[in-house]
Amino acid sequence: MKLVVNGEMQDVPARTLAEALQSLDLAEAKVATALNGEFVPARARAATRVNDGDRIEIVAPRQGG
Amino acid sequence: MTRKSDFTLYGVKLRSRLMLGTSQYPSPVILAEAARASGAEILTVSLRRESARLKEGQDFWRLIRDIGARVLPNTAGCYSVKEAVTTAQMAREVFGTPWVKLEVIGEADTLQPDPFGLVEAARILSTDGFEVFPYTTEDLVVAERLVEAGCKVLMPWGAPIGSGKGLNNVFGLRALRAHFPEVPLIIDAGLGLPSQAAAAMELGYDGVLLNTAVAKAGDPVAMARAFGQAIEAGRGAFLAGPMESRDMAAPSTPIVGRAVLT
Repeated sequence: MKLVVNGEMQDVPARTLAEALQSLDLAEAKVATALNGEFVPARARAATRVNDGDRIEIVAPRQGG
Repeated sequence: MTRKSDFTLYGVKLRSRLMLGTSQYPSPVILAEAARASGAEILTVSLRRESARLKEGQDFWRLIRDIGARVLPNTAGCYSVKEAVTTAQMAREVFGTPWVKLEVIGEADTLQPDPFGLVEAARILSTDGFEVFPYTTEDLVVAERLVEAGCKVLMPWGAPIGSGKGLNNVFGLRALRAHFPEVPLIIDAGLGLPSQAAAAMELGYDGVLLNTAVAKAGDPVAMARAFGQAIEAGRGAFLAGPMESRDMAAPSTPIVGRAVLT
């Protein structure tokens, strides 16, 4: 599956957002996700299918002012 | 007006009136030391892309958790309502708080808020159960709209973010304070010196949010402490009731009883 993960095209073996996080080794990480610009809550990741060309944003806590 | 001991933001009682940003410190250790030295009970944080290889966010989160302060996630860098709302939704899940420092930026050089987008995003988020801390200007009409939209705290800027200019429009900030005696008002952004933070508190502001002034100081830990002291001093001065200023001198030593020595 070709997915744009945080702005970078990657080949990710995954049918769902949850599987994509698993493949990216971020399943256990403290992150939030968006699919094509829409927030996807953690509890909905397993039921959220991904398709070729989808844009996934994976964000985590960072310094802020 | 709140009393010295009553500083409440969305039902949370706080002792410290300093809120501190966590960005731009020379090292994570210095950030942690500065946060502790400042006495701040609220630290601002953000969300950024996480790399599977580096996992920087996970380390940062451990550091913040160890400091033990409450976090206020921001929507820094968002230029549209949609970006800000989506960022807030992601922050609520990651940080487990309904609090959000709402930034909808309107102009890249001054980083000044887009008041139209800000009010719209504040309304959407307040309706969705968020407790919104809007980064705004001292504009009274915008402030009114934000309160109508559900904001129970307002955070007007002192000056553009990171500029260190202090309180650019004291008259406007004074008017805002007078207009909203019961709404907690926090000066957010633009301060460079503890004296400027003290001045904000002397105007009757309820608190101050800082980042660059501490993080970019030669000694951030010492500067964090200095700001904490200045904010307490300014608050104390406000509660004590400052004298009226006047244009001409008025002798402080009694005239009566002065010896005649001519």
